Amino acid sequence: MKETNCVKLEFLSRSVNEGFARAAAAVFASQLDPTLDELNDVKTAVSEAVTNCIVHAYPDSIGKISLRARSFPDNSVEITVRDWGCGIPDIEKAREPMFTTGGDERSGMGFTIMESFMDRVKVRSAPGKGTAITMRRRISVRALGK
Amino acid sequence: MRIEECFGVGKLTLSLHGELDHHAAGHVSREIERAADEHLPVSCVLDLSGVSFMDSSGIAVIIKARRRADELGASLRVVGVGRQPGRVLAAAGIGRIIDIEASRE
Repeated sequence: MKETNCVKLEFLSRSVNEGFARAAAAVFASQLDPTLDELNDVKTAVSEAVTNCIVHAYPDSIGKISLRARSFPDNSVEITVRDWGCGIPDIEKAREPMFTTGGDERSGMGFTIMESFMDRVKVRSAPGKGTAITMRRRISVRALGK
Repeated sequence: MRIEECFGVGKLTLSLHGELDHHAAGHVSREIERAADEHLPVSCVLDLSGVSFMDSSGIAVIIKARRRADELGASLRVVGVGRQPGRVLAAAGIGRIIDIEASRE
């Protein structure tokens, strides 16, 4: 399916950019006229993906994160969050609820939240090369004025 | 994120204001621990009615607060949970282990 719009952002893995990234994704998704719940779901999923990069991909350094947002004619939005950090050795394990390597500062629920709030979550990762998380959410089409 | 602290008759209430994400979580957890250690409360209340956004970092904050309250022999209630934080807590099933009250929206 051909995209109808696309934006790409790059920023450093500083925690202050978590708010920037989710706000930018929300502004892009708002072009599809989402409900407040749909918009918050996209924001939350993006916040989880970007936090994963900051906490896990670059644990002892500052690296680059990219966020690409695309919209499609079926009124869906696709967000890809990419890093060039340490990668995930076992993706299946990382996606298990409550699993974390981040100590008691992390709940281990990031992937569970992404999977709950988006229709599809795809993770590609290679140790030492980085990780790309692609998430898609269909936004309901509402009658005008609703 | 701003934290208001109120203590009286053994009850410690901490009201959070702003966005509770990983950027804010470390500071919030440290403030909760400091306030709990200072007042040694019988009951703790975390008021989230001023939280406009929360992700799974907030879950870790709440679980840590619960652990600290348990260590002090205090109870913990999470109140004023708005719609977006409520959806995050529900997706994680936190209501099964911690007493959570929604806000009156």
